[in-house]
Amino acid sequence: MEQILSILVRNQPGVLMRVSGMFSRRGFNIDSLAVGITQNPEFSRMTVTMKADELTIVQVCKQLEKLVEVESVKVLPPKASAKRSMVMVKVHAGEKRLELLRLADVFRAHAVDVTGESLTFLATGVDDKLNAFVEVMRPYGILEMVQTGLVALERGDTHMSVEKSRYEWPNASGTKSVGV
Amino acid sequence: MQMTGAEVMVRCLAEEGVSTVFGYPGGAILPFYDALRESEIQHILVAHEQGAAHAADGFARASGKVGVCIATSGPGATNLITGLATAFLDSIPVVAITGQVPTVMIGRDAFQEVDITGIAMPITKHNFLVKDPAHLAQTLRLAFQMAKTGRPGPVLVDVPRDVQTALVDYQEAVLPPVVEDEPTSEEIAAAIEAISKAERPVMLIGGGVISADAEYDAMHLCEKLHIPVVSTLMGLGAISAYRSLFLGMTGLHGHERANNAVKEADLILAVGTRFNDRVTGERKTYNENKVIIHLDIDPAELDKNIFSTLGISANMNKTLQLIEAGSEPHDLSGWWERIESWPSMDEDFGDEEAPEFFKALNPVIKDKDYIITTDVGQHQMWAAQHLRIQFARQWITSGGLGTMGFGLPAAMGAQLARPKSRVISLSGDGGFKMTGSELFTIASYKLPVTAIVFNNSGLGMIRQLQTVQFAKRFTACEFPGYVDFVKYGEAFGVKGEHVTTPEELAKAVEKAMELDEPYIIEVTVNPKNMVLPMVMPGAGIGDYVKFKE
Repeated sequence: MEQILSILVRNQPGVLMRVSGMFSRRGFNIDSLAVGITQNPEFSRMTVTMKADELTIVQVCKQLEKLVEVESVKVLPPKASAKRSMVMVKVHAGEKRLELLRLADVFRAHAVDVTGESLTFLATGVDDKLNAFVEVMRPYGILEMVQTGLVALERGDTHMSVEKSRYEWPNASGTKSVGV
Repeated sequence: MQMTGAEVMVRCLAEEGVSTVFGYPGGAILPFYDALRESEIQHILVAHEQGAAHAADGFARASGKVGVCIATSGPGATNLITGLATAFLDSIPVVAITGQVPTVMIGRDAFQEVDITGIAMPITKHNFLVKDPAHLAQTLRLAFQMAKTGRPGPVLVDVPRDVQTALVDYQEAVLPPVVEDEPTSEEIAAAIEAISKAERPVMLIGGGVISADAEYDAMHLCEKLHIPVVSTLMGLGAISAYRSLFLGMTGLHGHERANNAVKEADLILAVGTRFNDRVTGERKTYNENKVIIHLDIDPAELDKNIFSTLGISANMNKTLQLIEAGSEPHDLSGWWERIESWPSMDEDFGDEEAPEFFKALNPVIKDKDYIITTDVGQHQMWAAQHLRIQFARQWITSGGLGTMGFGLPAAMGAQLARPKSRVISLSGDGGFKMTGSELFTIASYKLPVTAIVFNNSGLGMIRQLQTVQFAKRFTACEFPGYVDFVKYGEAFGVKGEHVTTPEELAKAVEKAMELDEPYIIEVTVNPKNMVLPMVMPGAGIGDYVKFKE
């Protein structure tokens, strides 16, 4: 089944490679991945979607937690989470400009670029909706498209946080360790 | 205090109590070597960086301390990789320090530049590229802490040349300790109850018992409850092979009694083992009709290979002590009768000659402070089956990665870690040729390592596998030429002798143990010898291959 993993990592060079490397090395397949900095620039948050049964996802979480730069891992509850990904589609418009704009409106997609020949739409939502949007655009001639990974946050007041790192990491302001 | 990055590196090694490092210089690490010159730390100049990594590993296995190896950028660093992977697969605390091209050159494919942190990523617990000299000290402290805490493992620190020469402020410091979890009272109660109900319990001991220094806790528990004990290859020595509770090694070349006990057990108390495929054989049937209690410091090992009934990831000593304190022995006489009906580890499975060489060494090594290192292949399995290892950290072998060429450099590291002990390195002729150049290092530093080379003029384990799996279509398992290993030793000023019988071998080793210098013994072995018993990979444990060459 589709699982959504939210991973808080230290925002350090190479951390994406370590996390993605763990997935490929251990034979787990990532369906989508989104990475960005958090309110605290020391940490980034990764959202990974993958197909996995309950036993596999537990093992994935444990292998992630084993990476020393991973501070916190959570499997988000699919129904109790807000989820979005984004797609941009550049489609051949030709004579059908108005028709395309009306169709895009059905999906609440916005035109972000217009030329004499093409329209570029931006749509947000979950996969089903975005796939449907792309399929509707396809007959007109998609020139190119790009899609982000899913981002998600659990609904309600619960939130992931890092109270204390396992290790005292070096940082620009010098060491935090106790002098002797 | 202002000093160069290189001086900071040396100070940090001193902070960690490092007495010996193994390394090989090169352009990008020279500032560090210049600073090392001024320190008390002993530097062992190896013949090849792989030897440095294995020696640091052997040092760590013999002492329980962190082993340190040094290499330059590019080829120096890549030569460490097999050694680091060996340490990673066996969870051995090693810190590797590599030089790197100056930060401004990184990414330009400079001379001797390689992305060593990228290469080492899947075979180190963690690694660092230090670009900011201000982070150097804290990074090195962190590297040592990561290497030795939790599940130990190798950590690599890559230091660009300009970071080594930069002036930085240094202050001695200690990191706050990493505290291991303690088991919960519910976990302990559940373990105690399951063990009290077991009619056919077996304790399975792995290398994690040794790395946690928990061998006494494990022994006290099994002795109090009178539970039979089996060991993995990595766990040998955690409980003395002479103890009556010890049934032998379990696994694909395990002892019959040990494997049968695992097969028929209704409870396995697995301590510090990760249920490697060489231990379990067929995974799907391994835990059928069994309660599995799995203790491991790494939570990711629980339910990875074998699903456990109860998994506890916490301080090993504390967990074993609490289980022991809350447990009472119950009658296992029926189980012991059944166990004793199976052939003991002293009974032969076949009538091969080679095991006799190993059995002949037992009276020589018994109760002595001798460390045994092995290479990989037939001699390793014969040693595991037939040598009677008595103490934790007496047995040093590449279990997980199965690295040929490990034994001799590891022996060098072990000898430096424990100068009062005597180290016996066991190799085949194949593995010895891979890293035998470290005999030069051993000779140069006059380390009293005794190197025994079992020479069957070929690759015995390959021959055995081709016998079993490829209908004796032998290929690439016989060496086209002959090497006289005693003469090879002579080239470095190492004395030695050839032996052909078990009695001669025992005498030669006895003699070597009287000497205070390295010694090489070449043992002629018939290439037709097989390691028996043998379970095919993927077959059930105890389902032995029935064949006779």
